[in-house]
Amino acid sequence: MMRFARTDRSVVSTWWWTVDRVMLSGLGVLALVGIIVVFAASPPVAATLRLPHDHFIIRHILFLLPAIGLLFCTSLLAPRGVLRLAIGMFVIFGLMLAVTPIMATEIKGARRWISVLGTPVQPSEFVKPALVVVSAFILSRKPGFLGFVLAAMPVAFVLLFLLSQPDLGMTALTVIVFSSQLFVAGLPWFIFVGIGGAAVLGLYSAFHIFAHFHDRVVSFLDPNSTGYQVEKALRAVASGGLFGRGPGEGLVKFTLPDAHTDFVFAATAEEFGILACLMLVSLFAFMLIRGLNRATEAPDRFCQLAATGLIVVFASQALINMAVNLNLMPTKGMTLPFVSYGGSSMLALAIGMGMLLALTRKGAKLGTPG
Amino acid sequence: MSPSLDLLGLKSNPSLLKGRRRLKILGFGFGLAFVSVALRLVDMLPPQPAISSAEASDEAEGADHRRPDIVDRNGVLLATDLRLPSVFGDPLLIPDHAAAAKALAKVLSGTTAAELQDRLDKARRFTWIKHQVSPKEEEAVLQLGIPGIGFKEAEHRVYPKGRSASHIVGFVDIDNKGLAGIEYGIDHNMVGSIDPDVPVRLSIDLRVQEIVADELGKAMAQFRPIGGCGIVLDRVTGEVLAMVSMPDYDLNYPNAAGPEQRRNRCSGGSYELGSLFKVVSHAMSLDTGKVTLRSTFDATGKLQIGRFRIGDDHAKNRVMSVPEIFMYSSNIGTARMAFAAGGGPALDSFLRKLGFYDKLPLEIPEVAKPMRPHRWPDITTATVSFGHGISMPPLQYLGAVAGLAGDGTHVPVTLLRRDPGDMPTPERFIQEKTAADLRSIMYLTVAKGTGTRGQVDGYLLGGKTGTADKAILGHKGYDHNKVFASFLAALPIDNPRYLVMVNEDEPKGDKSTYGYKAGAWVAAPAVSNIISRIAPLLGVPPSAPDTILSYQDKFPQTRGIGLKSVEGTKLAAVGAED
Repeated sequence: MMRFARTDRSVVSTWWWTVDRVMLSGLGVLALVGIIVVFAASPPVAATLRLPHDHFIIRHILFLLPAIGLLFCTSLLAPRGVLRLAIGMFVIFGLMLAVTPIMATEIKGARRWISVLGTPVQPSEFVKPALVVVSAFILSRKPGFLGFVLAAMPVAFVLLFLLSQPDLGMTALTVIVFSSQLFVAGLPWFIFVGIGGAAVLGLYSAFHIFAHFHDRVVSFLDPNSTGYQVEKALRAVASGGLFGRGPGEGLVKFTLPDAHTDFVFAATAEEFGILACLMLVSLFAFMLIRGLNRATEAPDRFCQLAATGLIVVFASQALINMAVNLNLMPTKGMTLPFVSYGGSSMLALAIGMGMLLALTRKGAKLGTPG
Repeated sequence: MSPSLDLLGLKSNPSLLKGRRRLKILGFGFGLAFVSVALRLVDMLPPQPAISSAEASDEAEGADHRRPDIVDRNGVLLATDLRLPSVFGDPLLIPDHAAAAKALAKVLSGTTAAELQDRLDKARRFTWIKHQVSPKEEEAVLQLGIPGIGFKEAEHRVYPKGRSASHIVGFVDIDNKGLAGIEYGIDHNMVGSIDPDVPVRLSIDLRVQEIVADELGKAMAQFRPIGGCGIVLDRVTGEVLAMVSMPDYDLNYPNAAGPEQRRNRCSGGSYELGSLFKVVSHAMSLDTGKVTLRSTFDATGKLQIGRFRIGDDHAKNRVMSVPEIFMYSSNIGTARMAFAAGGGPALDSFLRKLGFYDKLPLEIPEVAKPMRPHRWPDITTATVSFGHGISMPPLQYLGAVAGLAGDGTHVPVTLLRRDPGDMPTPERFIQEKTAADLRSIMYLTVAKGTGTRGQVDGYLLGGKTGTADKAILGHKGYDHNKVFASFLAALPIDNPRYLVMVNEDEPKGDKSTYGYKAGAWVAAPAVSNIISRIAPLLGVPPSAPDTILSYQDKFPQTRGIGLKSVEGTKLAAVGAED
């Protein structure tokens, strides 16, 4: 373990003594869990795709290394640096998001991925943390109703393009995160009732406008025709029982589509048991509470709101993924943070959590705008 | 994280404080969401600590269907259980049926990719891939690592001796349940109490069994009968030392055998035995005391009974003594003896005493019922006395002869080894004196009568030949061209311990027999060969020379013994007289 004297004033040493080491450990544990689970769940997927059995394992680890690097570097930033990075990312990935419908190829009924240097990249993943920080900044600078309206503008921009892909999972996530930020920023209760109503209305229209969403909801509501993936996922969970079938012993995983990404939670349940899954749920819950706790200690509104948004992104994504795996929600393409195999999604998450760590460091404070 | 100095300074910022309150509410809301995910997980726990039903039934099967080994009287293993895996597939879990079928067919002998794929495509959750695979094949399948392929272990019956004693041992079905022979008897309470750990010990001596099979096989090859039977019986203990039915089959592949191979001709087929049966009728006649060895009967011409006329094959057309009648197998003489001894009623009660009216109790299911006359007009008495109009399995007949050709007492036959301390009390069939008389005429038959081809150098034997024309199915009357030929010998005749019998169903004569297909020609040499091979094995010493001499002197020289004479039995009913 690293040892730094408290009197050491170097950048890394300062970072070590001020960063949320508990949150950092949680991330480390998640990354380890991710490696183990991808080891267990990905070889059959690779075999199905006629790839070498260790294809996803190697790539997962190869993505993990830059992810750790990004996380570390981002967390070194001062709040001002975080803001600048966020604005930069928002501009770049916002533009990519805007061109996605033109450039992207359609995968599973949606246009979400564009190719950057041969790697499929989902710009919305990177827009997410940037948007959170940008709205936090707007909300903290312009208190009151004006701030709410101004902050809603970039959100509306993102939502517009997300809906055009269409990526309803990400849309929902964005809405949840922005609502949480607005809530913490002090938006009056009655407006939330209004937003809730709008959300219901939005879902209702989505149900009628978007064919694949319609199908998913219908298949979710019909107990006799659970979707193929979800049926497999439920079977995987049941097959594992309390203690699981043992590492590599899973059987349902062989026919579970996306066992290494969207349905990694079910694959985990099959091999390591529901007990292990409960521990994983507890870890995510603990990290959420930890993150929100640190947000309450934030010395200024920017840090408070940005930290809130970032931890809510992380926790919501985990919640939605697990809920889908357990058939509590209609299927959404969403990864389990740091556990799922997923190149660009993991890098984006690393940046997001790096920002969270940076903003929750002791003494972190956004000075007066310069 | 204790509140720091920063916190004190920030108390003044109301929106920051409001944000903190709301963060707590937010945390509570998300916490609830996590709790509901956790509850859902707990809800999905299977109700019981699940052993899959396949595993459970596997265990139960293994316990239920374990079978005892079957061994011969000396402990040679004839049947045993091997715990072997069978391969099955769950089509739902197998990602690529075509690829799996191709890979499996490559490592599992006797399977084809097309057939396996067909099975995988058609079944929903379960299909057998291959039953009872070898450890090598099991390893190969494991190496393939195909998901959804599993093994189920089950007892598999193995018969290390293949064809040997196939009709006695029997076989089991795919679920290890006995279908034939002792295997059936084990499952149907016919062999006494069964403990899977204690082998079932047969009376069979595998060495004797294989000698009989060898010699009977040679006779089968030479005379091409449709079936044959060879039996060696321990007269004193009732134990069957060998019982060979031909054609036989390999117990490991019972389904490859046809009904002709599976038929047990020794106990499962009922036959008219012809002249062989004269052993029984002579015993009856002599035992009444109304007929003695010195009695003579007129065998001139033919015996007229109502519309029927009875003749001898090689008629002497003269008065004959009882030994002559037996030696030359005279139907007329035998019938007249039976009438002299009390006729139908006497024969009826004697046959009943010998158990010929009941099914032979035996430890295997393949036992045919004897067929017997229910009324006794004179013609029936006559024909039954020389072995027609009554039929029974050869084993049942030999079992009864064991009670006549020894000291006159009888022990029921068995296919299981009998402990010396566990012998049933012998039942007396005839007086000791009668038995001695019977042995002497049996001796003469082998020494000078129809059974000379059954002689074995150095052994004093007695016996009887038999060649029964076979009844035409569905018609009255008999087919002269199809016979059931037999020879029976007692070893040694001065104090018989073993009885040896060979029967051939529809043998064909060849050059060496001058076309004859009689028991004397086709069965007696086989019995002779068997005795010469098993006598040393069973510890029967050659008869002492003075015993042989005294035997030869003991019997009155009968007139006109021509050893060239061929034994033969005339038809039971030659036909209606005009």
